[in-house]
Amino acid sequence: MAPEGAHAHEPYAPVFTAGSPMRARLDELLTRYPSKMAALLPALWMLQEARGWVSPDGIEEVAALLDLTPAYVRGVVTFYTMYHQHPVGRHFVQVCTTTPCNVCGAEDVVNAFLRETGCGELGVTSPDGRFTVIEVECLGACGFATPVMINERLVECVAADSVKDLVAGLD
Amino acid sequence: MGYPHPSHPRETPVLSKHFGDPEARTLAGWRARGGYEGLAKALTMDPVEVQNVVKDSGLRGRGGAGFPTGVKWSFMKPDGKTHYLCVNGDESEPGTFKDREIMRWTPHQLVEGTALAAHAIYAETAYIYIRGEFDEPIRRVEAAVREAYDAGILGGNAMGSGKRLDVHVHKGAGAYICGEETALMNSLEGRRGNPRIKPPFPAVAGLFGQPTTINNVETVSAAPHIVLRGADWYKSLSTPANPKSTGTKLFSVCGNVARPGNYEVGMGFPLKDFLYELCGGPPAGRRFKAIIPGGSSVPILTPEECETAVMDYEGIQAAGSLLGSGGVICFDDTQDMVRQIARLARFYAHESCAQCTQCREGTAWTTKILERIRDGEGTMQDLDTLLAIADNMTGKTICVLSDSCATPVVSGLKKFRHEFEAKIRPSRASVMIPSFPGTVAA
Repeated sequence: MAPEGAHAHEPYAPVFTAGSPMRARLDELLTRYPSKMAALLPALWMLQEARGWVSPDGIEEVAALLDLTPAYVRGVVTFYTMYHQHPVGRHFVQVCTTTPCNVCGAEDVVNAFLRETGCGELGVTSPDGRFTVIEVECLGACGFATPVMINERLVECVAADSVKDLVAGLD
Repeated sequence: MGYPHPSHPRETPVLSKHFGDPEARTLAGWRARGGYEGLAKALTMDPVEVQNVVKDSGLRGRGGAGFPTGVKWSFMKPDGKTHYLCVNGDESEPGTFKDREIMRWTPHQLVEGTALAAHAIYAETAYIYIRGEFDEPIRRVEAAVREAYDAGILGGNAMGSGKRLDVHVHKGAGAYICGEETALMNSLEGRRGNPRIKPPFPAVAGLFGQPTTINNVETVSAAPHIVLRGADWYKSLSTPANPKSTGTKLFSVCGNVARPGNYEVGMGFPLKDFLYELCGGPPAGRRFKAIIPGGSSVPILTPEECETAVMDYEGIQAAGSLLGSGGVICFDDTQDMVRQIARLARFYAHESCAQCTQCREGTAWTTKILERIRDGEGTMQDLDTLLAIADNMTGKTICVLSDSCATPVVSGLKKFRHEFEAKIRPSRASVMIPSFPGTVAA
């Protein structure tokens, strides 16, 4: 959660203002489905793309646009793992540790990331705000163990000893 | 071609023929390789004719259930209602990564198959639901859809047929369960991805309450090849010994194996040859200890059980497991099976949607017990408890996620019980202190 009252200092800037490119994209999306509700997942993706996370204010904005209640939208957001309910580091690192990758040494890769990024602990953002590292369930790239997603980019065949260079290459 | 390895001479590349060839990704490249001829032919045919060709070919659902595709399509009648096609690209079954390569390398193969399937079920609108983590596949498929619209393949007059065919890509947001067909529809409608109770079946009341067909990426991708080249051609790709499993199947291979990757073979291919000849066997100096042949939800096989098995729906079943999605996970003799089965259980506990009690409680409880045994804190009674929980998790819930968690536990306990028992600290035997001879209590 953002610190309490944080948005009192930083007023929420709506993402889908009339005439904005985001609003145009949303309007086009709405033509694809017979219900407004069906545009919810794509709208939440756009919100996260614009703001880096799905904030309570963002949830209210999307809910109002799609004629849904904020509580309903929150229920949907919390079901899916890819919507960030808190701000995360600039590089969001997801290491697959499910069985096929696990037998190929994925846990060593996780530990290398925790060490090299300075995060120390899963889900904790590094003090410089650059990294958040989490374990993720099956990324669907099992033949390329260990796959790691850094934001939306997938890196295949990561080994523990290649993590240092990988991290050094990120700003 | 082939990806990540060049196709082995014993493979039968149909769907994977252009994997690894970047030129096949564009519309011009796809057309130069014979693309969209199958769709063009299908659009001149009545939907029932298309259904019949696919029925005759014996094509069965490649997502895991193996339901005959032509039969599924024939449930959709020209009733004047709005029909929908959902293509399931949520590929999240651990060990499976075949649809990913279809989408990355041959996105037009998928768009063509999607349009053809939509036509076959009297639908004007199709949604391709792709898991959110598949960033590159999503971009490739979206680009192909745009190209297809610009070329008039999709839209109000698809390939000049006078028919409307719309295809939209819908991005998931991280949930294994959305690969279950009714959960997928809920997710597409903007809901939590909870599976729905059946009946009503999707063909009666599916997406947005309308008659709907859900097909896997690999299934619809095979359809244009079948329509273009005929049912007999498709059947000639597999061993004639088993007419129930026809054509080719993509298998993803991962874990402790020399050459992990995707391989496409005719149904009925010997599993042993597949593992040793095509995939190179276990890593140097090691031996296979266990093989999961169809994605993490199917029973675990021992190498002995793999000896004579053939890779088709019936062959893998005869060996004691299921073909599933074709995700082959290999474990070598350095692996601790208790640890790996515990990790699998944790996966299902994480992915349970939590609407059914048996699944919500069962997956979490199973994980807790397995991790306790893994850490040397288990008791012999835990093994019985695991089986009792598994029994309560099988066949009692809305979808089969619960069963999928129980399956590797039950088969693992049956085939690797000694590994579980070895981790359980033996309770101290009672010791009778001998009396000292010659001393008598006063």
